[in-house]
Amino acid sequence: MSQISKDEVKHVANLARLSLSEEEVDMFTEQLDAIIGFAEQLNELDTENIEPTTHVLELKNVLRDDQARESVPREEALKNAPDERDGQFKVPKTF
Amino acid sequence: MSLLEKKVSELHDLLHKKEINVTDLVDASYDRISQVEGKVQAFLSLNEEHARRMAKELDDVLAGYPGERILAGLPIALKDNISTKGLRTTSGSKILDNFNPIYDATVANRLYEAGAITIGKLNMDEFAMGSSNENSGFHVTKNPWNTEYVPGGSSGGSAASVAASEVLFSLGSDTGGSIRQPAAYCGVVGLKPTYGLVSRFGLIAFASSLDQIGPITHTVEDNAYLLQAIAGHDPMDSTSANVEIPDYLSSLTGDIKGLRIAVPKEYLAEGVDPEVKEKVLEALNVLEAQGASWEEVSLPHSKYALATYYLLSSSEASANLSRFDGVRYGVRSDNAENLLQLYKNSRSEGFGDEVKRRIMLGTFALSSGYYDAYYKKAQKVRTLIKNDFEQVFNDFDVIIGPTTPTTAFKIGEKTNDPLTMYANDILTIPVNLAGVPAISVPCGFSNGLPVGLQIIGKHFDERTIYRVASVFEQATEHHKAKPQL
Amino acid sequence: MSNFETIIGLEVHVELKTNSKIFCGCSTDFGAPPNSHTCPICLGHPGVLPVLNKQAVEFSMRAAMALNCEINREQYFDRKNYFYPDNPKAYQISQLDKPIGEHGWIEIDVNGEKKKIGITRLHLEEDAGKLTHAADGSSLVDLNRQGTPLMEIVSEPDIRTPEEAYAYLEKLKAIIQYTGVSDCKMEEGSLRCDANISIRPVGQKEFGTKTELKNLNSFAFVQKGLEYEEKRQEEEILNGGEILQETRRFDEKSNKTILMRVKEGSDDYRYFPDPDLVQLSVSEEWIERVRAEIPELPDARKERYVSEFGLPAYDAGVLTASIKMADFFEKGIQEKADPKMLSNWLMGEVSAYLNNASREIDETPLTPGNLAKMIKLIEDGTISSKIAKKVFKEMIENGGDPQTIVKEKGLVQISDEGAIREFVVAVLDRNPQSIEDFKNGKDKAIGFLVGQVMKETKGKANPPLVNKLIAEELKNR
Repeated sequence: MSQISKDEVKHVANLARLSLSEEEVDMFTEQLDAIIGFAEQLNELDTENIEPTTHVLELKNVLRDDQARESVPREEALKNAPDERDGQFKVPKTF
Repeated sequence: MSLLEKKVSELHDLLHKKEINVTDLVDASYDRISQVEGKVQAFLSLNEEHARRMAKELDDVLAGYPGERILAGLPIALKDNISTKGLRTTSGSKILDNFNPIYDATVANRLYEAGAITIGKLNMDEFAMGSSNENSGFHVTKNPWNTEYVPGGSSGGSAASVAASEVLFSLGSDTGGSIRQPAAYCGVVGLKPTYGLVSRFGLIAFASSLDQIGPITHTVEDNAYLLQAIAGHDPMDSTSANVEIPDYLSSLTGDIKGLRIAVPKEYLAEGVDPEVKEKVLEALNVLEAQGASWEEVSLPHSKYALATYYLLSSSEASANLSRFDGVRYGVRSDNAENLLQLYKNSRSEGFGDEVKRRIMLGTFALSSGYYDAYYKKAQKVRTLIKNDFEQVFNDFDVIIGPTTPTTAFKIGEKTNDPLTMYANDILTIPVNLAGVPAISVPCGFSNGLPVGLQIIGKHFDERTIYRVASVFEQATEHHKAKPQL
Repeated sequence: MSNFETIIGLEVHVELKTNSKIFCGCSTDFGAPPNSHTCPICLGHPGVLPVLNKQAVEFSMRAAMALNCEINREQYFDRKNYFYPDNPKAYQISQLDKPIGEHGWIEIDVNGEKKKIGITRLHLEEDAGKLTHAADGSSLVDLNRQGTPLMEIVSEPDIRTPEEAYAYLEKLKAIIQYTGVSDCKMEEGSLRCDANISIRPVGQKEFGTKTELKNLNSFAFVQKGLEYEEKRQEEEILNGGEILQETRRFDEKSNKTILMRVKEGSDDYRYFPDPDLVQLSVSEEWIERVRAEIPELPDARKERYVSEFGLPAYDAGVLTASIKMADFFEKGIQEKADPKMLSNWLMGEVSAYLNNASREIDETPLTPGNLAKMIKLIEDGTISSKIAKKVFKEMIENGGDPQTIVKEKGLVQISDEGAIREFVVAVLDRNPQSIEDFKNGKDKAIGFLVGQVMKETKGKANPPLVNKLIAEELKNR
């Protein structure tokens, strides 16, 4: 049984803001299908009463005091900007 | 013997006695790079002007001062996913081709404070996704032992540059084996520290819950020196452990009498090359002769580690890599009339196939309707894998096995099949999922290519790992072999 | 009025008044030049990591408790994934499953009827940057606001009228302002509101399809937008149409809601626990320590004003609706002002001026002490209520002590009988017609004559005395 369809690959690519050619859709569908198919082996395991692990270390309540410190100079913030105007990052129209 | 084949302590002594100065070391590094870099191609950027200036400054300072800082003046290079202020940092990706960070990673700061000199930035698989360096957005680094072979990955440049003695040592990062596997393939010593021991602040994230920065060196002792300089709590990293850092050097006692070694049967099972297996068994004999004992054990969930790892690391990566959108930094597609095109074209032009594949896998695993079946399921299996290690460590001091199932493979040999490529990491991945530390040390050769021995320790017990690795190193000659370039 | 019932739910975002951002040390000050309050962390540069601001956690806990929420003991932060230029990491750090607080409520009062509105959840997250659209169609991104700690407060769909929505927002704002965790300034964006509205035939259990209203820049616009939307949906249904799940924006010029986009399916934000942050474990002691920081809230103060100062409930309600007004009132009382007179002034002249000038009371030079002094000047007859309005105008515009103003401007009330009688005689002399009218039984003529005397004395004559003297003089004519 196929694990992921071409349409799902296209949907996922869109969510991830990737554009794929039809050939790429074919290639990635085949590869992702194999990988996800391989991952199905996890279903052999009963994990009903198992807690998920997000962190291997049991750290809790890592907090910082509310102290403002200096920001970077604006030129630094914009140094790597592909496009800027009036001290702001510029992007093309949203639609 | 070239200066850069010496040990940290020897070079420190030579500097101390003023038999050499820092400039000599920096010269030696750049000279060696100009000789062999054409063949090895370990670097993505060099920091020559700055490094030479710093060498001169240090020479002036050290002239009247013996220097207690053991790493002062020693040439190092960093994997290119470690942020270095003003020094191009690409993470091996075209999308960051033009990126100059505006801040230093915590490890870069610590090295600076220790007086080490950054020679340059090292090649890697794009965003640390890969096991061969073939996924670099720029070029493929070659294995110094045979330049038709891969150096391993993703810290391929880090391992190859040390193996080729272009620098004295380097930093890599390890998410599923990315320090240990290339260290094994290139015949050098590579440690993945306990998760949380070394700050991740400034490490360009691949999978945040698995990533760790670690040292790659010629010897175990050098490795301990470098770890000592970079380990320790960092308030900028919420996942950095607030533990006291022990003295790693004093752990090299040379004594492993009574040490209990566990050898997981899954790590010597089918799929492990017979010659690799043989080298590991030889190594166990060496350790036994030094007073340790070993026993076969089981890590029953090992076979699920690979799938667990790919689901979790790709899920985290799918979010971590979303910031590369062509808005604030990095390469923006020239061909975008609106915002959606800007995103899609910048990312599609900037990322390679492996990165796209994993972003899509992770996006899928987190997407509505699949989250529980894939992401959450994998997090639960991660708990089982972690428990496997805890069980074994109740009765044993270290776990030992091969670092990789085979020695280095030929460039181009596995590029067509992602799953076969992924299988390379089958023995290193469980360690990241459990968050425990592990080292790879050279334990011989197979067909002229190095074999790596993996020693896995308990959480924050790098000292025992170093003690065992050092005893093995002292009892063997493997680490003395150098590639002919 | 109709056979439909309206269902409204509100989502309110409130920025917390911390010194620094939620995950980095950049300042949260409003109004700095674009991108001058940024660092690698809030710019989302490669390799950066978040570290949670303790004050942001405590402020949001304080607000949650003031809104009667239960505090979650084990919390964590999630990544909410979406691409937008104001969202630099392309994920927003937020809380999905385990927010700061849940199951809260507040009580509103509409036309004397009290009603509890449920609060589903209050969670902590990071604010986005600001996007402005340039004339050429491009957009500009300022990330100063990015990373400001933000609470999202989601109401239950308990609100039934736009008027209730207005009352809910006023009450929510008052409570949060009292807790001191936010300024709640809509004009600076530190309080923002989105509204969900649907209608259903009376008696139907299922909710109708809801629309979401955005761009609601004042509570009045929320009410107007909802009123418009309520009618629009009803007409649509009565005309056989269908309500679509859409986002609409309120247009302030036309008082209409305008379609922005139709939602297709639900958004897929791919939430998952942020591996860069660790669990937040809230102990009983911590909760109690934060609870102790909650000051007296509006309802409690309102009751106290009634019992302690004898104010009518209505007055107490109006005064306590804003903490600044309530604090001003209490300081005035400390300066020995008569509570009812002070309340009248605050609800009357002061509020009218502030509304008109779109200002807060602490943004004027008027002080509680000076207002209290002025009230005393009225009480002891030094100035008339009419003159007081002039003094007040000077005080609220330029500040100053009322006694000095009265002296400098020569506004002291004339209470000298002889002096006033001279004005009265002169006015009567000049207005024989009015005298005639009065004699013919037209009492209104007196009013005219009083007015003339007040005009002559520039309002300074003591009004009861003027009345008395006119009556006397008229008898003599």
